[in-house]
Amino acid sequence: MKVVLKNVNILNPHQNVSEKNINILIEDGKFKNIGKLTEAEMKDAKVFELDGKYIVPGFFDMHVHLRQPGREDEETVVTGCNAAANGGFTGIACMPNTDPAIDSAEVVTLIKKQAANHLVDVYPVGAATVGRKGEVLSPMAELKDAGVVGFSDDGIAIKTASILKRSLEYAKMFDLPIIEHCEDESLAGGAMNESINSTLLGLPPIPSVAEDLIVMRDILMAEYTDSKVHIAHISSKKSVEMVREAKKKGIKVTAEVAPHHFTLTDDAVKTYDPNVKMNPPLRTKADVDEILKGLKDGTIDCIASDHAPHSLEEKEMEFEYAPNGIVGLETQIGLALTELYHKKVLSLENIIEKLAINPRKILNLPIPEIKQEEVVNLTILDVDAVWTVDKKKFLSKSSNSPFDKRLLTGKSVGVINKGMMFIEGSFTII
Amino acid sequence: MSLSSRHLLGLKDVPKEDIQLILDTATTFREILERPIKKVPTLQGKTIVNLFYESSTRTRISFELAEKRLSADSVNFAVSGSSVSKGETLKDTVRNIEAMKVDMIVVRHSCAGVPLMLTKLADSNVINAGDGIHEHPTQGLLDMYSIREKLGKLEGLKVCIVGDVAHSRVALSNIYGLKTMGAKVSVCGPSTMIPKFLDELGVDVIHNIDEAIQENDVLNVLRIQLERKAREYFPSIREYSQYFGIDRERLEKNGKDILILHPGPINRGVELSSEIADSSSQIILQQVTNGVAVRMAVLYLLGTLN
Repeated sequence: MKVVLKNVNILNPHQNVSEKNINILIEDGKFKNIGKLTEAEMKDAKVFELDGKYIVPGFFDMHVHLRQPGREDEETVVTGCNAAANGGFTGIACMPNTDPAIDSAEVVTLIKKQAANHLVDVYPVGAATVGRKGEVLSPMAELKDAGVVGFSDDGIAIKTASILKRSLEYAKMFDLPIIEHCEDESLAGGAMNESINSTLLGLPPIPSVAEDLIVMRDILMAEYTDSKVHIAHISSKKSVEMVREAKKKGIKVTAEVAPHHFTLTDDAVKTYDPNVKMNPPLRTKADVDEILKGLKDGTIDCIASDHAPHSLEEKEMEFEYAPNGIVGLETQIGLALTELYHKKVLSLENIIEKLAINPRKILNLPIPEIKQEEVVNLTILDVDAVWTVDKKKFLSKSSNSPFDKRLLTGKSVGVINKGMMFIEGSFTII
Repeated sequence: MSLSSRHLLGLKDVPKEDIQLILDTATTFREILERPIKKVPTLQGKTIVNLFYESSTRTRISFELAEKRLSADSVNFAVSGSSVSKGETLKDTVRNIEAMKVDMIVVRHSCAGVPLMLTKLADSNVINAGDGIHEHPTQGLLDMYSIREKLGKLEGLKVCIVGDVAHSRVALSNIYGLKTMGAKVSVCGPSTMIPKFLDELGVDVIHNIDEAIQENDVLNVLRIQLERKAREYFPSIREYSQYFGIDRERLEKNGKDILILHPGPINRGVELSSEIADSSSQIILQQVTNGVAVRMAVLYLLGTLN
């Protein structure tokens, strides 16, 4: 099948490509022609009048919880992939805190099999230790052969410095990163960030130093082992500062931030809405300001949603009892464009780097290119579309989002990957 | 005169006029409590549910008595022996109670924010009887009532809250209420028991109990909640009572007669020596009596709002 994307702008900083008002012909899932198209080429093609929308390399979310196996009532590989496509992503990495954890080739295979025929590429992250218990190294070589792109005990930090050291040393053989949820266990367990707000709201606090301590430990260990650490969902000022300094020294550390951590502060908790409860928690304005600075100066490499589906029953609880986490795949691009691009924190090129290029670099994955004969893997962005988030329209199985009814500017209007297209709410094979 | 809100969730945003009105109304009810027949028909026909998710003796009894003396029909719902132990969610429980056509809900819960949650689930007036380590507004009100009764005013007084401020629901309600009424509020306790950012509330923080005695007109001494996690926050009860406990010797050393309040129940020999507990017992027991009057005032003012 032939598809024509008409009057588009192409932007891919990885290839140094930026073109305006151009046409793209896709045939059999590949770029057939880019530029002026002849009548003959357009014949029998499905034509999309895209009028100034941007064609960019397919976006990639490197921090997603798919809940399969174990909590298929909250999300499955397929519903998570549907949410990813709807949110503008052609690839995701899924975290290993499933039940059972992704600590064996069998679980990796199960997940990859579920996703095999989907538009969205799914790359599992393996557990760093068996059962994420922090005691015994997971079979990393076997996991790598089964297809994992990194290792993490996400949900918690790798338990001890000694097992972290071994994880880094072992993972280094495969050049894969250790992805860390940075939180000191002995300071964990509260319900919100420790600040004046935790005092005013009477909620048990989690101090930001709980994150900072593990970020510091991990940076030191990355330096010592000369191996790669990736800091997941960075949220505190100090942590951003430490990553910045570490990068200057050439330590192999990278970092991601979730949209809620650059959009909201812990003022949002004043409603006691369990949909603003996540871990790491929302922090203060000083933290958000440092995150914006870190995004701008490159300290923070990428944006990842930490998409964490939870059932309504679980989230409709007392704040302290409700589980941590929010869904994020379907609001991420809108929040990034609204809060970062339109507020002039990042250029559109920066946004593409942080949402398409850098996550793949961190995970050693090929970066999609927009050129003739290349397999099509792209996202179509309408950066000026003004829209209101409606959780009823999410394709995720869960809807625990604090951004419902929020007005955003900019969204994905469609994605193409693996010979499939998702546009206007439905999938088609092209 | 009427209150500006139909719920009492905390003292944070309660204006001075409202506090004044509650305290003045409580004075009227306080007189009724001295009569041989201690009952008025004010809330006849109103149904009040005391929804207690956390065990409580004095607060629950105090509310219950207040309700009975206003002739309301009151029902107690305690966590044990209820559907909660069968796994029912708060939402379902509240909707069920609401379906039985009640007018007011008095709620205590170990989680902060539950009273606010209730206002979204139910149409009843909601009164917070203590939520987590957040607020306990009627305790704050009765403390203010007791101080005013004893010293004739609140404005300009210096009040120090002593003890485990970080894990207290009484502290925050006292801070808000007293500050609104023009008192100067400080806190005194081990630094592990004072929230890190408390000074942002305009509260002085000190760690020396002698200084607290010298500088203030009133000490509101909090109970060290030995049954809770409090034990992890100081080395030993012995050290606590030595450095923060109040006994006769300490008061004499500072040569000062000071009004001592305590929300009860007292840990004798920990925060107050037995001797001080007994010599202050008049005001501490008055606090209990005043508690009933203040709760009558709150119930009356909310129950007759429309």
